[in-house]
Amino acid sequence: MSAAPGSLTRREFLTRGGALIVSFSLAPRILAASPQEAQNIGKEPVKEPALPGSLSKAPLLDSWIRIDADGTITVFTGKAELGQGIKTALIQVAAEELVVEPRSINLVTADTGRTPNEGYTAGSQSMQDSATAIMHAAAQVRAILVALASQRLNLPAEQLTVHLGVIRGNDGRSITYGQLVTGETLHVRANPQSPLRDPKTRGVIGKSMQRVDIPAKVTGRAIYVQDLRLPDMVHARVVRPPSYGARLISIDSARVQKVPGLLRIVRNGSYIAVVAEREYQAIQAMRALAQGAKWEERATLPQPADLYNYFQKLPTQDYIDLGGAADIALGPGSITSTYRRPYQMHGSIGPSCAVGLSKDGIVTIWSHTQGVYPLRDALAELLKAPPDRVRVIHMEGSGCYGHNGADDAGADAALIATAFPGRPVRVQWMREDEHAWEPYGSVMVSTARARLDGSNITEWQYEVWSNTHNNRPAPAGQLSPAWAIEPPFTPSAPKPAPLPAGGGNRNALPIYKFPNARVVHHFVPGMPLRVSALRALGAYHNVFSIESFIDELAAAARADPIDFRLRHLDDARARDVISTAAERFGWSQYRRQRGRGRGFAFARYKNYAAYCAVVLEVEVDRESGSIRPLRVVAAIDSGEAVNPDGMRNQTEGGIIQSLSWSLYEAVTFDTTRITSRDWSTYPIMRFSNVPETIDVHVITRPGMPFLGTGEAAQGPTAAALANAVADATGVRIRELPFTRSRVKAAVGL
Amino acid sequence: MNLDINGKTFQIDADPTTPLLYILRDQLQLNGAKFGCGLGQCGACTVIVDKQPVFSCITPVSALQGRKIRTIEGLGTLENPGPVQRAFIEEQAAQCGYCIPGMMMRAQALLEQNPAPSKSDIRRYMNANLCRCGTHMRILRAVERAAAFVKDGGKGGTAG
Ligand code: FES
Ligand code: FES
Repeated sequence: MSAAPGSLTRREFLTRGGALIVSFSLAPRILAASPQEAQNIGKEPVKEPALPGSLSKAPLLDSWIRIDADGTITVFTGKAELGQGIKTALIQVAAEELVVEPRSINLVTADTGRTPNEGYTAGSQSMQDSATAIMHAAAQVRAILVALASQRLNLPAEQLTVHLGVIRGNDGRSITYGQLVTGETLHVRANPQSPLRDPKTRGVIGKSMQRVDIPAKVTGRAIYVQDLRLPDMVHARVVRPPSYGARLISIDSARVQKVPGLLRIVRNGSYIAVVAEREYQAIQAMRALAQGAKWEERATLPQPADLYNYFQKLPTQDYIDLGGAADIALGPGSITSTYRRPYQMHGSIGPSCAVGLSKDGIVTIWSHTQGVYPLRDALAELLKAPPDRVRVIHMEGSGCYGHNGADDAGADAALIATAFPGRPVRVQWMREDEHAWEPYGSVMVSTARARLDGSNITEWQYEVWSNTHNNRPAPAGQLSPAWAIEPPFTPSAPKPAPLPAGGGNRNALPIYKFPNARVVHHFVPGMPLRVSALRALGAYHNVFSIESFIDELAAAARADPIDFRLRHLDDARARDVISTAAERFGWSQYRRQRGRGRGFAFARYKNYAAYCAVVLEVEVDRESGSIRPLRVVAAIDSGEAVNPDGMRNQTEGGIIQSLSWSLYEAVTFDTTRITSRDWSTYPIMRFSNVPETIDVHVITRPGMPFLGTGEAAQGPTAAALANAVADATGVRIRELPFTRSRVKAAVGL
Repeated sequence: MNLDINGKTFQIDADPTTPLLYILRDQLQLNGAKFGCGLGQCGACTVIVDKQPVFSCITPVSALQGRKIRTIEGLGTLENPGPVQRAFIEEQAAQCGYCIPGMMMRAQALLEQNPAPSKSDIRRYMNANLCRCGTHMRILRAVERAAAFVKDGGKGGTAG
């Protein structure tokens, strides 16, 4: 974001706002017809500065904000509600800059027929992309309306005040937004600079607001795509192959024909699905068909016990992300540690679902995808249809935490709806479909080496092995149903994501200052198990590794882990979250009880987004190996906080989810099949083991860019856990998850 | 077959082995109970039958003749939420919210059996239900708050 709001005085704001408007009101039509030219009226043609956030992708103001004659305000976002509370935060931002009540704003989210294309709702980017765009668009819309009011009321802009959608002159006359807007008023290109309100006058941003979606969710309104019931809708289920690459040899359709309500068996190559009048009938038909289906399977998966060896021996593409070609000479006093993380899954509570309708040459898909436009393109390719014949409308699903089965279910709906046109088809995955077929977070291995000189790290070397963390559609070959049809689509060759965001190397670069550092990313293209984006991508493992290793080095230097970090850190905001978390936890007054320990960890997500520090106290039962998280304190700085309670909610959630990954979770498999197929074969955190307390402290930075919150806690939580277990037991565990058996083997009596 | 749901009688025409969940969602258009696993492992489908929380995904309708079934639609409405619903709203106890109706029904059953549960009673009772968003701390607080509402006379009333 280039234009952080400065602290304009009210007068400056009005003049700047006024000046801005003149150019708009001089030539709105020309602007609309030829934005480039109009921007440069009377000036040398110059390269325009970038527009803030997603305005750069959709620069017309009315792509974002429309105001009707009756004053109704509609705000459009290409981002989707995933349970992270983005709708509420976007409404707050728009209300702030338009100076209206949040409840007067009607927000339309991701829909290829209506909203701007903002790519995926992922990477904790929605605040940077969409909130930034909406904030600037709203400020510019307000300025245009003030200028129009100034003309209509024949008063200078300085004599006007704006409040709740009404612009009032100091002579008592007033006019509403609705009265000022006509057809073309907002059909203008955004400016790089916006007359943003003074952060000191905030009325809505920065105040916790109840989430707009929760009341309907707790009262059973139809909210989720799973709840969508279209007239005449039918139900489908897919008979999923038993393993990756399994080929269908035969089916026994006779036994299925008996199932009441069966409407159609859809078969295309190894892809089979059933359509029935009612949902349970579709399930019964699917089960009958599955029982009689014969498959040819191949043992393509590694020996589970040998996973890490096997993975590290796969061919790699090596990238030196930091430092020179040669290894750093570590010499005497150097320390080396290796860290491992297994495949872990999103494990959404609600299996993926989509509704499809093929009618009048248009295929419409309702989906909880993270990217309506990319999915639209992938489905068009899958169906061999032009993209404008496919519409994807987002509806909420169960929380996804990355690329789960949502897009694949959209492909199921598209394939089945086109084979059964005319009636809407709802298809929901079964639990075992989601567990066995979702793309997992990649297995990862890292080796860290460092040398200490007294209490200072002088040499640092870090290497990480990882698959890609992005196999999202498009293209169609990224959709698992497309692998089974005839002719099949094949997945595209995986590519590493470039830094600074990175994928497997996300957060692989140390944020600490070391005189001599080298980081190597061994990108592993071969993917024995299906993988893609899981919340925080490689940052989960890299922060777990680096922050564990920093504690190991602090111990070797006999230094307090927090002092040791601060000695190597010069970023003031980083220091702030660290000391806030430490103070709130009572780090310096801590008294260790038997069997207990405390751990600290910190990261700046992607090294350029939110700062998050986590302190955690655990109790370890050496006899059973069980770990009980007792108390968690976190501090987070995501720039200007829009909805502090929303940030706390997401951060608490990130902490618990990361504890669940780190304590329990590893996808199991044999050499042919995934064997984690339900919650008993892939256990996750339950109430019995969530911490007693979690306190999240939000540090706000009024006027500073939004940095996003959703993924910041994943890495620090894992490392804080490892550090607390080491503090409690004196034993360092470097392989996730910290299951009872692993802990017992490491520390048991 | 007749089913008594949220105090109303519904005439159901379905294969008696059909789990209650599909009758609620597919035939009666009640959204509250969710499909999560179909295996009795997650609690997303939890409803109350007589006084007990029950996994509707594995409970065939044939077992429910003459029993009183309650879903979150019976706890209150958007316009007039019941105490448990108000408590969840006030604690902002949802992220995606998919698990939450099941959580609320289990909490409702707990509070009817034990109007003043301790923190550990609540944890133990809620342990059958899974949440993947990590909303646990807020859910626990919401149950405590709901208990306080019920104690104060629970304005807003619960149906059923
Ligand atoms: S859906 Fe019934 S317990 Fe999971
Ligand atoms: S709030 Fe999303 S699963 Fe519980």
